[in-house]
Order: sequence, then C-alpha cells, then structure tokens
Amino acid sequence: MYVAVKGGEAAIRNAHKLLADRRRGDRSVPALRLDQIVEQLALGVDRVMAEGSLYDTELAALAITQARGDMIEAVFLVRAFRTTLPRFGYTCAADTAEMLVERRISATYKDLPGGQLLGPTFDYTHRLLEPELAAGIEPENAETRETSDEAMPRVTDILANEDLIESDGDVAQDKPVADISREPLEFPLQRDARLQALARGDEGFLLALAYSTQRGYARSHPFVGEIRIGEVDLELEVPELPFPVPLGRIRVTECQMVNQFKGSAKAPPQFTRGYGLVFGQSERKAMAMSLCDRALRATELGEDVVAAAQDEEFVISHSDNVQATGFVEHLKLPHYVDFQAELDLVRRMRAEAEARANDSEHWEAAE
Amino acid sequence: MHWKAGENALRQANMAVLARASAEQLSALWAKAGLDAEHEMVRGPETGLVTVRGRIGGGGSPFNVGEATVTRATVRLATGAVGHAYALGRDKEKSRISAVIDALWQDETLRPKLTERILTPLARDLENADAAKCSETAATRVDFFTMVRGEDE
Repeated sequence: MYVAVKGGEAAIRNAHKLLADRRRGDRSVPALRLDQIVEQLALGVDRVMAEGSLYDTELAALAITQARGDMIEAVFLVRAFRTTLPRFGYTCAADTAEMLVERRISATYKDLPGGQLLGPTFDYTHRLLEPELAAGIEPENAETRETSDEAMPRVTDILANEDLIESDGDVAQDKPVADISREPLEFPLQRDARLQALARGDEGFLLALAYSTQRGYARSHPFVGEIRIGEVDLELEVPELPFPVPLGRIRVTECQMVNQFKGSAKAPPQFTRGYGLVFGQSERKAMAMSLCDRALRATELGEDVVAAAQDEEFVISHSDNVQATGFVEHLKLPHYVDFQAELDLVRRMRAEAEARANDSEHWEAAE
Repeated sequence: MHWKAGENALRQANMAVLARASAEQLSALWAKAGLDAEHEMVRGPETGLVTVRGRIGGGGSPFNVGEATVTRATVRLATGAVGHAYALGRDKEKSRISAVIDALWQDETLRPKLTERILTPLARDLENADAAKCSETAATRVDFFTMVRGEDE
C-alpha cells in the first residue's frame, strides 16, 4: 500500500521568507545594486555567464544576488531562465582574430606581431591583501600609451606557416553543428559537441582534470601558444535582411594550447592543439578547457586512453555542475519510503545472517 | 524595396552602431532629435536567445559556445517603410527606437538629420571608448630588453 503524505507547506513558506531576510542581511548595511556587482565582481559575473551558458551580465548579477553569492546556485538560476526564452537562431561564427584585445600573451614566442599585452591581470601581483581596498580608497586612473596599428594574428596562424603544427580543427562538414542544448548526448561525441560541453562545464572540475594531465595522467607536454581576452562582434543571419545583422559585442577568453606530439601512423611528428573559448574574462577556465580538449582527442590522435581526463564519457557526463548538483543534492529530499524499504530489507538480512550464525554454532557445539 | 550597392553596407553599419549604443544615450539623443514618427509595431519588441558560435582552434569548424540574450523589434511607419532592430541584451525601448531609426533611414531626405543628430554622436562615443580602452591596454605592453651581465668587462 502506498500512502501519500503531505505537509510542510507552512514550513517551506516560512523558510523562503527567512531566506529572503537572511539574503538581505543587516538592514543597516546598504543593499547591493546589480550594477555594483557587474562592475566590481565582474569575474564572478563572467563565471556565472560561462557556466550558466548565457551571456547577459545583468541577469548573472541578479542570479548571484539571489543565490547569496553561491555560484553554482546562480548558474542553476541562469540555466532555468534560459529555458523561458524563444531562440532566434545561431550567430555567424565569431572571429577571434578580429577581437578588440584587452589582454594577449604567448608563452611560446617572446616577440610576436602585436606584442605581449598583459591587460588587467592578477599575474605578477604579490597576493597580499590590500587594506586600502577595505578603506575604500579610490585607485588612480590607468596609464595610457599610444596604440599601434600592428595586426595581432593568432599565434597558431604564425606557427602554421611552417607546417609544424596541425591546422585548426575540422569536423565532418556533412553534418550540422552539434548542439547539446537541443540533442541528447550520444557517445562518442564529435569535437564540436565536446567543446560546447566544456565551454559551460564546471571550472573546478575542468581545472582538476587539466591539472591531472600535467601531473602525468595523460601527459601532453603543453605550452600556452596564446591567451587572448577581449570583445568580439556577433552577427546573426535573419530572413528579413539581406546581410548579417550586427548584434553588438561580447567579451570572451580564448586559449590556444600547443602540445608536443611524436606522431602516429596517421600524422607526422608535429605540435597538436587544444582549444578553449569561454564567455567573459575566464583565463583559468579557458586554459583548463584547452587542456581537457587536447586530452579528449586521444582516440583521434591514436594515443592510448589510460587516464580519466581522456575518457570522454567520464569527463563530459560529469562536467556540468547543474546536473551534478541536481543529482547530489536530491539526496537530501525526503526518501522516507525508500529508506523504510531498505531498513526492512537490512533487518531481514540481519535476521537471516544471525540465524545462519546460530546454526553453525549448533554444528560446532555438536561436533 | 531595392537597394543600391553600398546601401546595405551603410545600413548594416548603422545597425552595428545602434546595437552597441547605450540605451540611455540613444534615448537622450532620440528625444532631442525631434524625428519621432508615427509607427506601428509589426513584431516585438521581444527578447530571446541566440546561440553564439565560435570556431575550433579559432578558424576551424564552427561550434556552439553558449547563448546570449537578444532583443529585436520591427516597426512600420505610416509611409510603409519597415525598420528592424536587433541588439544583445534585454532593452526593449532601445530596440523600438532603433527600429524606428532604421525605418526612417530608408527615406534618403532624412539621412543627414539622422546621421548628424543620432548616428554620428553614438559612433563617435563608441570609437572614443574603444580608443581609450586600447591605449590603456597598450600601456601594459611588455618591452623586452636584455640585461648586460658585465662578464665582458
């Protein structure tokens, strides 16, 4: 017999009211505005946009506030909001070579066309807490310098001239571009589907896997060919206009990881590549993504699959933190009936085990 | 409507400026320009999603990176001219004004006014903002130099 049990409405209502109160916190402290979050917690906003897979700074800021700063909860809120909107189409592919660059570095070439531009980076800071920030002291304006019109080609395009590095990745042209938000995942995946999953994958998970490849689990001898951060133009083909309509710009981070490759039956010794492209200024995520992308190409490149980071089904099935948190966190919801059933089962098993033990004691006593 | 060669490129450039313009600035310029015309909404303004595409390795096959909010509007003027607007974000008023500007721009006699009062000021501010950002980035460019180690002395 199954008896549905209801209850808890008042408790839930009051808990949500309490949540709203605690979220607001001490009323004598001014409430945060969304523009403050967008401007001053920009990298947190970027992370929520990347993993929420929705570029909209104000919505991400709202989600962060609503989630009381719980980033995965904020990502969840953004994902849920996404499903309420109609879809207008797919943009033309953004051209990162035409980026309005805010940061661009290469660890493989010192002198490269366009130069090394550090931009607003944490690199080379001393990681000492700055009491001036707590005191609310306004920083000086940024320095400026005359700009050059020098082009800033992607480093991989420079290397490609020597044919010592594989070309940009191509997947079979006879199939449409994979879209994991429309089609269920079916393994094995093509690289386009993998990259889409990695682009919205959990930064911490991808970082840990990327780290594991560096520590020897699927070692791939990586170099940062280039990281660039900046704004790219988006355009959309629409039936009502005879040209792609400009939509404006979004900020992205691109990482070109260059990896040693000793060659295989199919390919000569050359550098291979892993690619990362992430919404916002998300350098760590873009690097982790490119390392994971490269590791996941093991089969394609004829390498032995020996480590977790190379296992496509393992990596992609567990990279989404909304799915992961949903399944882990559902455990706290009432499982009273399941548990009663298991409790009953364990009692019976225990009784049987004890009965068996008693039997064997009888036997031993008899002997 | 038939477009002369180059017209499309101009219209596209205008739409690029309108898409990137700040809603506040556009509203302010629009209110001051005194060019508002009676129009009916054919579609929207409505907010939806576009799926953003990149390319594997930067130049290879396309793949989907994620989605972005976009707001669009289509208006029809009393003259019959139809204007469209698309822009990232969720600002419906910006979208409506942009669509009216696109419709008005199809009347060649209005172009000088639209350009002078709205499009040029917007474009100039966007260019200035880009230039300022570029010069700040340029100040972080690394100038490598070689240390003289003194062992030849």
